[in-house]
Amino acid sequence: MSSTADVIVVGGGPAGVAAALEMRRRGVEKVVILDRDPHLGGATRHCSHSPFGMFEFGRVYFGAAYGLRLEQEAAKAGVDVRTGHSVVKLGDDGSVVVTSHRGLETLTGRRVMMTTGAHETPRSARLIAGDRPVGVVTTGTLQSYVAFHGLMPFRRPVIVGSEFVSLSAVLTCLLHGARPVAMIETQPYALARAPLTWFPRLVGIAFHREAEIIAILGRSRVEAVSIRRNGQVETLTCDGVLLTGRFTPESSLFLQSPMGVDPGSAGPAVDQDGRSANPFYFAGGNVLRAVETGGWAFREGRAIGATLAHDLAREPASGDLVRVSFDDPIKLVVPNFLRRSALPSAAFRHFQLRFLRRARGRLHLEMDGRDTWHRQGQWLPERRILVAIPSGAPQAQQIHFSFREDV
Amino acid sequence: MSIGSDGTHTGKGMEARERLLEQPCDIAIIGAGVVGCAVARKFALAGAKVVILERGPDILSGASKANSAILHTGFDAPASSLETELIRGGRQEYLEIRESLNLPLLTTDALVCAWTNLEAEKLESIQAQGRGNGVAGLRLLGGSEARQTMPSLSDRLVAALEVEGEHVIDPWSAPLAYLTQAVALGAKFLRNAELLKGSFDDRWRLETSSGRIEARAVINAAGLYGDIVDQCLGFNAEFQIKPRKGQFVVLDKAGFRHVPRIVLPVPSEMTKGIVVCPTVFGNVLIGPTAEEQEDRSRATVETETLKALLKRGAEAVPALANIPVTAVYAGLRPASESKAYRIFVRPDQRAITLGGIRSTGLSSALGLAQFALKLHAGFGGSFTAPPAAPSVRVPNLAENRERDWQRPDHGEMVCHCELVTKREIEAALRSSVPPGDFGGLKRRTRAGMGRCQGFYCNARLAEMTKGKLATPLAIETEGEA
Repeated sequence: MSSTADVIVVGGGPAGVAAALEMRRRGVEKVVILDRDPHLGGATRHCSHSPFGMFEFGRVYFGAAYGLRLEQEAAKAGVDVRTGHSVVKLGDDGSVVVTSHRGLETLTGRRVMMTTGAHETPRSARLIAGDRPVGVVTTGTLQSYVAFHGLMPFRRPVIVGSEFVSLSAVLTCLLHGARPVAMIETQPYALARAPLTWFPRLVGIAFHREAEIIAILGRSRVEAVSIRRNGQVETLTCDGVLLTGRFTPESSLFLQSPMGVDPGSAGPAVDQDGRSANPFYFAGGNVLRAVETGGWAFREGRAIGATLAHDLAREPASGDLVRVSFDDPIKLVVPNFLRRSALPSAAFRHFQLRFLRRARGRLHLEMDGRDTWHRQGQWLPERRILVAIPSGAPQAQQIHFSFREDV
Repeated sequence: MSIGSDGTHTGKGMEARERLLEQPCDIAIIGAGVVGCAVARKFALAGAKVVILERGPDILSGASKANSAILHTGFDAPASSLETELIRGGRQEYLEIRESLNLPLLTTDALVCAWTNLEAEKLESIQAQGRGNGVAGLRLLGGSEARQTMPSLSDRLVAALEVEGEHVIDPWSAPLAYLTQAVALGAKFLRNAELLKGSFDDRWRLETSSGRIEARAVINAAGLYGDIVDQCLGFNAEFQIKPRKGQFVVLDKAGFRHVPRIVLPVPSEMTKGIVVCPTVFGNVLIGPTAEEQEDRSRATVETETLKALLKRGAEAVPALANIPVTAVYAGLRPASESKAYRIFVRPDQRAITLGGIRSTGLSSALGLAQFALKLHAGFGGSFTAPPAAPSVRVPNLAENRERDWQRPDHGEMVCHCELVTKREIEAALRSSVPPGDFGGLKRRTRAGMGRCQGFYCNARLAEMTKGKLATPLAIETEGEA
């Protein structure tokens, strides 16, 4: 069983729906969204207290309400939305293998747009030591417990991390009768921006910087964690561990395909149009780089949708790729490469950079060995850095971000 | 703590403990690990009335929940040992019954890899030992020759011994199938039933933490508690369990294509060493370590050790360096002070101890079951085998056979990483041997075992399993802590 679409969008969060709406607006005939969940919205569905939609729809929505608005918009625009459809494999010619209530089928689009989002790094991949009891969850899991099922996995958790999402985690705990024991962060500073970083202390939750979880203790359910702080090991009694942030792209379909993923971003490598090395497959939103807001993902998806509408008018792009290289401690650059033959109006106007750690120094953009841009500053991890893509960049032989750290 | 049928907590006194069976059974098996489950099946097939006592909330609560899932040939087992014979017998029976039980086999063969000249010198004697153990298909290969059979291996490879027939199976579905078949034949599986004391007076009276039973014969398959159970039964301490911890790392399915064969190290006296192998679930496994410890129930993971395992994996197969970690775990093997299996028969008391089954239990379990039945025949008395064995097929979780998500009308996908359907989870929860805890559900369905480790499905699972697991995933939302 096989059907054909102009574009198959995999993942119906903000980026995927925005791309689909934009393509329909530009007259693309058949746009199919495949989503494995029963409703559109992606990660916004369980984020009960982050507001969404101000940019896209001029008003604020919370949690599932935003997804419902996406569904209405998609229906109005004539997008073929198929929920309960899980893509299990990417082909190499615009095909995807899907499982649904109909069983297995292969769908083929003239292009495929991958907008599968990101998830938080679980306990296992963080290599956290100790016992493996019940009660160790991520923010997304916690929020699914409360948003969809009215359940709670713990009452006195220790929260690990201090990103923006960590504060959302604190709020979820407080609103649902849990009282976090402490919030711990390995860095010497909170990763979220002030004044949000003051929030835990304002509500009376201890915030330990330069503190590291060294073991989880508990035979069947979490009983305590031991942490190292100021060179001392101490034990915090708790009944759960809430791992927050450290998002990683949900890029397994790429990882298992010949396209692979970029070692820096852990997402698919794309050019300035959001096109991967295989010109049938595009990607946008948080699968490219963890993690941005829903509004950002929406805008990115829309921009790539516009590009895709143009791209359909021609053969899948070929052309040389020039990889954007970078120095340590830069973690990633998106787009990951530039394509010579890309469309004149690129979906990405900026390089997006992230740092691995806090660093002070001078960031340079070099093209063919020439310094075309630089800026001195303090650069923080988990913060978006934007550098305009110079107009001549796609013609360069070498594009490199160098970093000279202050001594 | 257990709850009696009248709702009261059962006390520790013998009088307070209720009788769990109307009639005495023929065989009481202590321990529902892979060996206990295989023994239960064998005796039930022979027509015995079987009871299996387990101290944990589910089968495979001890050593059997963590192993490398290899179906061994026995090529490196101690020469002319009982262990070697039982591995061969067990392996043979597995291959014969697996289709009827719907159990998988991932045909991989193995390479014993020598990374130094010193290790390469040992390969010949390993080959000789394997031949002595009756294993055919052992071939010495040069480094580049071996890499032709598995190009992803590091070019540091000096030489290798190819071992045909070392394959990979599902280490959890196999014992589940054995016990499910036993239960279909009328065997009783009692969980949370820790043996406290046994006494023999022409029949065994066994006191457990949840009640007492009577049995004609007992078989001790208590794994990590084998020596303690022997003492509870009133026997002299013939052996002592020395738990040996093994930590493992499971890599993402993207690593699978790089590891088509089992990569074994040249073994040391102490351990078979750290293996890099594919799993039937489509992942890559690196482990186990071998760490002596006192504690019989607690197996922790350690960050530095896990990092060392990752490094070891990438040294053998460099492409694994970029593959994300999916899961980490640790288990305990019931090693004893001797390398040999500790098997004791006491005909006067009609008791068999299957102890010290330290690391080859998955391969030898069916062989041990055959052996136990043979030993039991010496106790006199006979059973009448049922006319036909009931047909039992466990759900397939292996990637190389059809999974439920590939079939229509699966209802809903609950775990997206491992493609576990709602239908599969519901079937496990209402099966004849349902999961007793979350680990048991994961082992029966794979739900939550994938790369996101429950980011998407854990909450749904909490709802689906409400009131069904020993340690619930969710706590009550109302009321105070």
